[in-house]
Amino acid sequence: MSKEWPLWEVFIRSQHGLAHKHVGSLHAPDAEMAINNARDVYTRRNEGVSIWVVKASDIIASSPADKDALFEPSNSKVYRHPTFFPMPEEVKNL
Amino acid sequence: MNEKFEYLLRQGDNALVLAQQLCQWTGKGPALEEDMALSNIALDLLGQTRMWLTYAGELEGAGRDEDKLAFLRDAGGFRNCLLLEQPNGSYADTLMRQFYFDTWHYFLLEALTNSNDQRIAGIAEKALKEATYHLRRSGDLVVRLGDGTAESHARMQAAADELWRFTGEMFIYDAVDEAMVAQGVAPASQPLRAAFLQHVAEIFDEATLEVPPLETYMQRGGKQGRHTERLGYILAEMQFLQRAYPGAEW
Repeated sequence: MSKEWPLWEVFIRSQHGLAHKHVGSLHAPDAEMAINNARDVYTRRNEGVSIWVVKASDIIASSPADKDALFEPSNSKVYRHPTFFPMPEEVKNL
Repeated sequence: MNEKFEYLLRQGDNALVLAQQLCQWTGKGPALEEDMALSNIALDLLGQTRMWLTYAGELEGAGRDEDKLAFLRDAGGFRNCLLLEQPNGSYADTLMRQFYFDTWHYFLLEALTNSNDQRIAGIAEKALKEATYHLRRSGDLVVRLGDGTAESHARMQAAADELWRFTGEMFIYDAVDEAMVAQGVAPASQPLRAAFLQHVAEIFDEATLEVPPLETYMQRGGKQGRHTERLGYILAEMQFLQRAYPGAEW
């Protein structure tokens, strides 16, 4: 077994933020310490933030080699993009 | 004697001496994340020091601000508890010192938020948020290491036993403390000690550590300016620049 602490990815939603954003990673022996450490390293303890930590090994990333297959087809089909509808003023944050 | 001035010095000096000692860990922590956490705690305590000593200086009315109080008093003028000037030692020693202090500090600050001195209540309220985090963190680590390997358990138990004789002083009240209790500024000793003992017992139970014997001789003197030989060295390092260039702007 490796003596190195596992790697955790850290996602933070700031006080007025709408979604959790990936901010970085850190090493920690378990989830609780990962949260504690994330608070020290990434938030400077601003109040009202939410922190997610997830073991890096639990994240499945798409392969760069699949880029064309996954993303290319949508580029040439404008009707896939919902850009033809005027949005009402009241709808925020879309 | 101005009791409230003395009482404020004690609060400020506790935080100042511990902050100074924690800073010595910077870059030497057992892991990068621990390093960050210790520095964060040191910064919290230094911020608290400034609030306590600034208020103390204003109350004294002798023109001493936070800097003069921190850098131009010698060991005999310091009012910190002896626990906080104990050497950093191993990480177990540092953590145990922190845990004992955080436990006492948390319950003290919680009570001080009800102080009839509004300014003290305000400082306590601000500091309590930080102390809540400190206590959660040090308690968590005491459990992890106490209930960790045979080696970590032995080191934590040794640190717990070694530092225990310095914990009593926080609950040994003198005329200054009694005056503060009488004026409704500070909480009484007994409930504070009971809360301290209960929390230590709970955490130690989870950490598989033995609580040292309650009725043991407790070292005292720090609050009256009678310190262990170590404080002089801490201050010599901390105050060097101000002593060499007194009154310099920085």
